[in-house]
Amino acid sequence: MRYLPLAEVDRQAMLRAIGAKSIDDLFVDVPEAARLGRKIEGLADHASEMSVERQLGSLARQNMVAGDVPFFLGCGAYRHHIPASVDHLIQRGEFLTSYTPYQPEIAQGTLQVLFEFQTQVARLYGCDVANASMYDGSTACWEAIVMARRITKRTKAILSDGLHPHYVSVAETMARFTGDTLEVASPRLVAETDTDRLLAQIDGETSCVVVQYPDILGRISDLSAIADKAHADGALLIAVVTEPVALGAIRSPGEMGADIVVGEGQSIGVGLNFGGPYVGLFACKEKFVRQMPGRLCGETVDAEGKRGFVLTLSTREQHIRREKATSNICTNSGLCALAFSIHMTLLGEKGLRQLAELNHAKAVAAADRLVQVPGVELVNESFFNEFTLRLSTEARPIVRSLADRGLLGGVSLGRLYPSVDALQNGLVVAVTETVTHEDIEALAAALQEELA
Amino acid sequence: MSMNREGRPSRPEAAEGQTTTFTGNRALMLEEPLIFEMDEADGTGLDFESAPKVQQRLGGFERIRPISLPGLSEPQTVRHYTRLSRQNYAIDLGLFPLGSCTMKHNPRLNEKVARMSGFADIHPLQPADTVQGAYALIHELGRWLITLTGMHSVAMSPKAGAHGELCGLLAIRSALEARGDARSVILVPESAHGTNPATAAFAGYGVENIPATSRGRVDLQALKSRLGPDVAAVMITNPNTCGLFEPDMIEISRAVHEVGALVYCDGANFNAIVGRVRPGDLGIDAMHINLHKTFSTPHGGGGPGSGPVVFSEALTPFAPLPFVEKQGDRFELIEEETAGEHHGQTFGRMTAFHGQMGMFTRALSYILSHGADGLRQVSEDAVLNANYVLRELDDVLDAPFGASGPCMHEALFSDKGFGGGLSTIDVAKALIDEGFHPMTMYFPLVVHGAMLIEPTETESKATLDQFIGALRSVAERARAGDQSLKAAPIHAPRRRLDETLAARKPVLAYREPSQAEAAE
Repeated sequence: MRYLPLAEVDRQAMLRAIGAKSIDDLFVDVPEAARLGRKIEGLADHASEMSVERQLGSLARQNMVAGDVPFFLGCGAYRHHIPASVDHLIQRGEFLTSYTPYQPEIAQGTLQVLFEFQTQVARLYGCDVANASMYDGSTACWEAIVMARRITKRTKAILSDGLHPHYVSVAETMARFTGDTLEVASPRLVAETDTDRLLAQIDGETSCVVVQYPDILGRISDLSAIADKAHADGALLIAVVTEPVALGAIRSPGEMGADIVVGEGQSIGVGLNFGGPYVGLFACKEKFVRQMPGRLCGETVDAEGKRGFVLTLSTREQHIRREKATSNICTNSGLCALAFSIHMTLLGEKGLRQLAELNHAKAVAAADRLVQVPGVELVNESFFNEFTLRLSTEARPIVRSLADRGLLGGVSLGRLYPSVDALQNGLVVAVTETVTHEDIEALAAALQEELA
Repeated sequence: MSMNREGRPSRPEAAEGQTTTFTGNRALMLEEPLIFEMDEADGTGLDFESAPKVQQRLGGFERIRPISLPGLSEPQTVRHYTRLSRQNYAIDLGLFPLGSCTMKHNPRLNEKVARMSGFADIHPLQPADTVQGAYALIHELGRWLITLTGMHSVAMSPKAGAHGELCGLLAIRSALEARGDARSVILVPESAHGTNPATAAFAGYGVENIPATSRGRVDLQALKSRLGPDVAAVMITNPNTCGLFEPDMIEISRAVHEVGALVYCDGANFNAIVGRVRPGDLGIDAMHINLHKTFSTPHGGGGPGSGPVVFSEALTPFAPLPFVEKQGDRFELIEEETAGEHHGQTFGRMTAFHGQMGMFTRALSYILSHGADGLRQVSEDAVLNANYVLRELDDVLDAPFGASGPCMHEALFSDKGFGGGLSTIDVAKALIDEGFHPMTMYFPLVVHGAMLIEPTETESKATLDQFIGALRSVAERARAGDQSLKAAPIHAPRRRLDETLAARKPVLAYREPSQAEAAE
């Protein structure tokens, strides 16, 4: 048992020192009826590294790997190239195997990273402050709605129809229990977003408006008018960004007047990982900072006057405030925040802009090529690296057929909105820097055959 | 002296002078500026192919203003983070006895497995046929979690322990509402983790405390007298945060069920009993499992975690979406679309995708590596190590519940007997100078100046003996009122940090010196 250093002779010596006859003496508080007298059923005894690697490897090989095929999936999780040094650095044991920095004198590494991460996120989003991360974009989105309720003392949130349907589902699940009212709608396969609907629905009872930017169909819209109307009625604008790379090309939600900006950070530094772990980003205007959920790292000095960092404003948090805390979150997504921060440091503004430009250019080239396929129309007028196609037939079976041909061709809106008939022909295609000209040609050719 | 709500000082004592160097470095201990202070104009550490020329379709929302994100070349970047890493303590460096946190060794095989492209490079929305191996892995891990806990089903999607607590309470509330009896109150022992009451409030419940007995257990009589038709559930940590098993647990569950309420168990301390006790045999209805504790997925300086929840048969119909189901030889993901047929009572979705796949691979690798014999040995060694620490130190440190018998996987001491105004924090900081991460301080709240030590099964007897020797020496100094402890740590990268200043004038993001002045 390679992970257990105690030798039998140690165990006996320690039992003697304790004054126990056997290990069972230490479990005397467990009621007789609950003592498991046998080994766990069905589980083999301990196994070698090689054997475990072999077992898991056989499962891994049953999956179609994104990097092995032409790959166009997005909708909240994006495949970007991750620089080799990112994974190397996050595997340093001092980062990987440390705990939440509750003892700041021996956690300055993690704390300084968090301070830098918070600053990077705030700047990317165009906000004053950001926290030290949330679980993912969807949970960050609900936390933002709760925060808006605390600030405005109102309970009605209006959700744009372009908000990721899983994010909507998470909010709906929670709102059922908290008594919040959510106004939701399904998107339409048109070029315009639902800005007019939102403007018409905001009123003096609205707590917040939640708008994804770019939205689930990839469309980019002006947030300023929504911000203005919300503010006039005493409500907040929450912007949700599922593709942070976009902000290297388009202006930030903060610049457009968003009060709280949340989103998914996975695109930068964190792989697809079949949906997790990811990293939720959470930023806002400075005046709302004491209503924020989650951990915050702040600057201070030590007893010699040297600059250092600590977790701060913890009177918002569960370990101090218990049932009065702003959120129940404790463990967040620290290591993914580190990966995000390292990747962002490697990019810098210059690299981020280049990366964004490359994504957009490839997406434009792909859109132009795919609309040449008979039976394919482009829904979007605007997009960053993801756009929606209207096919001449239902997209869901097409996606499955493409997979049979060895192509992962996009996300069908039927998968995301199975009950909305008007969306069944929609196919959302994401094109990042990892997509090649040959991949685009392969998708166009396969679509042409499928739609013929 | 500034104190925080835990009654510990949050402002450092002034330090004595010491030798300085020109750079501020001390040999291998290298000072490192912020990336914002290192930036060169247009710096970057990445090269990109040039983008094809196209007509932009950004809708007229091109970025105008700069983002002000510094970029560093690859060698600068590697050095920056390597230097920072060396200012961290970590389980790879030594004993990390934070009580209730289960800081055990993180096997590197698990890292290797999680990075297999068949797990790491697959998209959560890929067609089911292309990810059968991933579904199989989630299903297999779930099966072992069910088996190890003796429960009926498992929800894999919760992202961390507190998210798991929320999952459990939402299922409980859904079950109560389904019988037309929503109820309004959750009872929580006063020794509970802060997440318990916070989660109850987040799920829309009122919270009431149950007192502890002088033996550090839930006061069964007080609990029984409070139980009534308004109580939805009791949240109990077992083994509890005093490091003790609740011997009345079966009786507690019976009493809770008798009034129509349900039992939630905080599984943070499952490491003490894995392989020896199945929570299902204790009458529990829901329990989260911190894969980043018991099953060794790395804590990463604050996450990511993973908090699957196991359910009793009564709560199974209310479990969240999505989940993986085995249908013949195939695995299917049950989402909103297909839930209606068999799972119409689900309380819904709590996160975008299926949970922390990267943690699932690591946890399964851990379970298979240890196997049935190894997992039982894990809990036995964890409990043995904690009792050894308890008995080797209870002559110099007050063990408030030491007389009531053995502890489980963590040893609890108080600051009783310290002289000269010294407190737990002074002992903790002195341990830093001895090369150890301190124990959990001032928690649980039911013990004055609590010191909660969880050595885990990872530690050898030699390491424990060294730790015991160090803590004994510091404890003796504390009893003698040795004021030099207040200056500790003196050998760490930083002396004590001023938490009061950080909270009074929060600086949460870097500002260029000119901006910072303007904001004054």
